[in-house]
Amino acid sequence: MSILVGKDTRLLVQGLGKYGMVHAEGCKAYGTNLVAGVHPGKGGTKVLDTVPVFETVTDAARATEANATMIYVPPFGAADAIMEAAEAGIPLVACITEGIPALDMTRVIRFLQDRPKTRLVGPNCPGVITPGECKMGIMPGYIHKPGHVGIVSRSGTLTYEAVWQVTQAGLGQSSCVGIGGDPVNGTSFVDVLRLFQEDAQTKAIIMIGEIGGSAEEDAADLVKTGKVTKPVVAFIGGQTAPPGKRMGHAGAIISGGHGTAKEKMSALRAAGVTVADKPADIASTLVRLLEEKRIDAR
Amino acid sequence: MNVHEFQAKEVFRRFGIPVPDGAVAETADQAERVAASLKVSPIVVKAQIHAGGRGKGRFKEHGPQGPGGVVLAKDPKEARAIAEKMLGKTLVTKQTGEHGRVVKKVYLTAGCDIARELYVAVVLDRKIKKPVVMVSQAGGVDIEEVAEKTPEKILKEAVDPLFSLAGFQARRLALFLGLKPGEQANEGAKLLKALVRAYMETDASLAEINPMIVSKDGKVMALDAKMNFDDNALERHPEILAYRDKNEEEPAETLAKELDLSYIALDGDIGCMVNGAGLAMATMDMIKYAGGAPANFLDVGGGATEQKVTEAFKIILSSPQVKAVLVNIFGGIMRCDVVAAGVIAAAKKLGLKVPVVVRLEGAKVQEGKKLLEESGLELEFASGLAEAAQKVVAASRGGK
Repeated sequence: MSILVGKDTRLLVQGLGKYGMVHAEGCKAYGTNLVAGVHPGKGGTKVLDTVPVFETVTDAARATEANATMIYVPPFGAADAIMEAAEAGIPLVACITEGIPALDMTRVIRFLQDRPKTRLVGPNCPGVITPGECKMGIMPGYIHKPGHVGIVSRSGTLTYEAVWQVTQAGLGQSSCVGIGGDPVNGTSFVDVLRLFQEDAQTKAIIMIGEIGGSAEEDAADLVKTGKVTKPVVAFIGGQTAPPGKRMGHAGAIISGGHGTAKEKMSALRAAGVTVADKPADIASTLVRLLEEKRIDAR
Repeated sequence: MNVHEFQAKEVFRRFGIPVPDGAVAETADQAERVAASLKVSPIVVKAQIHAGGRGKGRFKEHGPQGPGGVVLAKDPKEARAIAEKMLGKTLVTKQTGEHGRVVKKVYLTAGCDIARELYVAVVLDRKIKKPVVMVSQAGGVDIEEVAEKTPEKILKEAVDPLFSLAGFQARRLALFLGLKPGEQANEGAKLLKALVRAYMETDASLAEINPMIVSKDGKVMALDAKMNFDDNALERHPEILAYRDKNEEEPAETLAKELDLSYIALDGDIGCMVNGAGLAMATMDMIKYAGGAPANFLDVGGGATEQKVTEAFKIILSSPQVKAVLVNIFGGIMRCDVVAAGVIAAAKKLGLKVPVVVRLEGAKVQEGKKLLEESGLELEFASGLAEAAQKVVAASRGGK
């Protein structure tokens, strides 16, 4: 078991530009079952020797029974690509694209409300991986190792950092989910914490947040109400970020004095989450916590 | 992206939001002509900078007893004299920081007989993932403070992004603002609907009127105007992109933007070059825990080329405050050998006057390290995040 993706994932890729092709190839090389591509104007051709390309997601889904899609469509077309996937009934959509206008995303979210079968992960995220089974995104596969730590994060490279620390500590990951750095996104920390809680393979959870918004506070509320009983270690990036400045991610901004790392860290601590102050201590904090709780996550 | 008040008012007029007559001037002569053309008294002279608190702000050149950034003039001659005192001078407000901003333009506008000052804004509510219209009868003051102390004085209405603001919502907001039922409330509701349309159609991230006024003769209009726009959408709004004012940006940040790098100048003395925004923030945090202070936030991005890395390095070294540099790369999409080549190229071009600590991990890490080792450059290597931070802080203190 794992969450969101695994051996049964039949992956589609939308947007076969240079970037999309590089990562489609990376996913296929990792062993993911990449069943089709969608790129308007390239329908009827094949890429990566064996992967058929279709004009629309509906055509691709009908022909290949794809059950997940990753999107590399450029920013101004990405919202449409997400809606097309949802309309075609694809249950899992990971949008990798960075730079989608926020108002486009508010419309997408509204559109998805009428299509509750589709889960959107991202946008502006590295995707989802279940080590050893399925890589759906841009993360470097080799830093991961199958195991029992579930990781969820708003960042890309900082997730790799955490994954690498976990792997070097001799542990592995059940699944890793990047929920993205944009202000308006699909799947939240709360959603993923719930999934990890229900997942038999996951024994502990690492959550990596950052300044801006209140997704971390929502996660703290969930833990506080006792709905997450597995040990959770959190880290919040941007403790030294100045207010009013967007720190790279469109959603990473302290506005009106709110969304600071300090607020988030204290909300999480008050809810019983173990917070690592330093980004270098994420895995070691988890190892200590597991020892304290006498949980074997190896 | 931020814009000036006079630009936001141009957008307002385009969407039919009532705004007092006014125009912008760049010289004292021009200011006098514009003031005369308004044919009113008094005339308000407003310094145009990208920062709030202008009225209470003061000019460095004129001291605390001198004029603020918003001044009344009784006739065009006086408007000219005031404009002369503002143009080319440095205005310091609570939002500009101590260094202030040089005023390059003034806006001249008709003075109004104000009966009431109200607050109106459209912002993105991240929690409900929709824009919201926020109104209060407490206009002309700091809305954050109102929200903190007397939240009941604020009414919010969520905007359905597929539909825009509904008529009944606009009326509800207008009545909450205490506008007189009938013509006045209808005018207010119309203004609110126009403001939401302006926000949605320009991909704004903020549209604020503080204050929105009711004049003594009962008219509702936008006395001030503030708009911010979503950087991700600017390319599809050339008319908004044309409002960009490079005078209001840090030169290093402008350069970084042109290179498609994400860069923010900070107060410390340790330069940072990192890939990924999250890791870049975490690197800053780590430097602070090691006892140092970051000089910048810099995300070179996922698909950076050797040339981009070179340029990024140049920007970091261009800051005189930088005493040491930390390069922290976790290669995923980004390959460590590409980063290494960029660092070497930059060092050869610029010469390394400060110590550089390099931490590489991930894709092509061995190749990257080998390139750096064979380059003959004096670099220090670190294997983890903690070690990298300690080494760079020590280097910043010890010099070379």
